[in-house]
Amino acid sequence: MEVAIIGIGLHRFGRSPDMSGLQQGAAAVRAALADAGLSWKDMQFAYGGSQDAGNADSLVNELGLTSLQFTNIWNGCATGGSSLHAAYSAIKSGQYDLGVVVGFDKHPRGAFNPQPADWGLDDWYGETGLMLTTQFFAMKIQRYMHDHGISEDALVRVSEKAFANGSLTPTAWRQQPLSYADIANSAMVSDPLRKYMFCSPAEGGAALILCNADKARQFTRKPLLLKAAAVRTRHYGSFEVFAPSQAMHVADAPTVTASRMAFELAGIGPEDVDVMQLQDTDSGTEIIHMAENGFCEHGEQEQLLRDGATQIGGRMPVNTDGGCLANGEPVGASGLRQVYEVCVQLRGEGGARQVPNDPAVGYTHVYGAPGVSGVNIITR
Amino acid sequence: MSEQIPIHKGLFTWPSSRPQLLGSRCKQCGETAFPAQVDCRSCSGRDTEVVELGDRGTLWTWTIQTFMPKQPYHSDETEASFRPYGVGYVEMPGGVRVEARLEPSTREQLAIGMPMQLNIVPFRTDASGNQIMTFSFSAVEEDQAWK
Ligand SMILES: [Zn+2]
Repeated sequence: MEVAIIGIGLHRFGRSPDMSGLQQGAAAVRAALADAGLSWKDMQFAYGGSQDAGNADSLVNELGLTSLQFTNIWNGCATGGSSLHAAYSAIKSGQYDLGVVVGFDKHPRGAFNPQPADWGLDDWYGETGLMLTTQFFAMKIQRYMHDHGISEDALVRVSEKAFANGSLTPTAWRQQPLSYADIANSAMVSDPLRKYMFCSPAEGGAALILCNADKARQFTRKPLLLKAAAVRTRHYGSFEVFAPSQAMHVADAPTVTASRMAFELAGIGPEDVDVMQLQDTDSGTEIIHMAENGFCEHGEQEQLLRDGATQIGGRMPVNTDGGCLANGEPVGASGLRQVYEVCVQLRGEGGARQVPNDPAVGYTHVYGAPGVSGVNIITR
Repeated sequence: MSEQIPIHKGLFTWPSSRPQLLGSRCKQCGETAFPAQVDCRSCSGRDTEVVELGDRGTLWTWTIQTFMPKQPYHSDETEASFRPYGVGYVEMPGGVRVEARLEPSTREQLAIGMPMQLNIVPFRTDASGNQIMTFSFSAVEEDQAWK
């Protein structure tokens, strides 16, 4: 049996000063229900989560107390991916036919400030200023550039593409394209990453309606198939965020494992993917994730970026809606925004940012603290 | 009288004329961890021992923290007195890469592969006037490099 996506909804990313995070989640659910032509009382189950905006199951106070199974999911940056994975499994098992996944968030301004005890670490690690995700991503790309001959030019090109794509996306937070010089001359935040190479914590909501594929045609003429949903954690030796030490032998990142598992589930390979969303917490991670997800060899990114291969008209379009760089990162919603965008592209509804030649296979990837990755593959 | 107190027990030998970082090594698989822990992340064994990791290493990767971190960062600095600091992973002869503050704090002073030296340094002052000590690494000075 297969799992179909029959409705997609988004509450725009950025800042919604007059709405709570929960209200943004509810708005996304209503949009997804409307897209599917269904109502909240049709939902048999829900999975959802947020980091800073409250318990997802409180959404029933807005959407209706229908007694459905509602499970809160919190799994760091893979929260959306994990909700989707849970829904995928619930339908695959035959227990349910129809349900919703939702992610939303509303973070305070400025960098995240995680607390050591929440991550199994002692206070000294945070007190002495070692517990910043920005530092980790900078150190990972610093080493990667050294090992694989990637230059700062590549970092600038990723951001340039992100903001160009954001300017074509009505729901994106950052709507202004930035020039190469704007990015290359922006303030250094955490060497080698500059201001316009990092995404910011933000607000927003995203929701998807999932259905047993055998029944999907009752609701829509163009269901999409969720061919794979995989979530994996780090290996011993993965170079990870919030790690006071690292093993001498560097093992594969959890992204590599999740990606392989997803391709195996879907029965296709990286060469079959027409449009992809790769976690771009910063421009360096997008570069690393191109290779970790199997779309190129380590080091090839430099030339691919120079050739425009990852642009909307290129041969491997990455983050067509501007990704995290242009949309910001409401942690709970971010992974589901990726799936939303891939669905828009596969339906051919991308407007100014539509990938040409009728893309048929989409791919989404999240990665984040403390070393967790989620991958989804969606087809027409 | 004020004292110099380590920020956390068991991170490094202190006081000592030549302090060493402390970690743990698994008696089953030989893998090393910092800080020391009783469980092994590599083989799931529970038979580890505390070992000295050394006081010299080489820089494996680095960055520079340019803005003052929010809480839980806890130093004596204010936004006005904050000075950027380096952060890196230093490959230790004890067989593990340790994340640490670095004293060099400009990109000109930092390079992957450079030899580094452990220092135990005052980080902040507590309410009783004691100096809270932490570890950091600096570049090995030329005349010490061969020792
Ligand atoms: Zn072991």
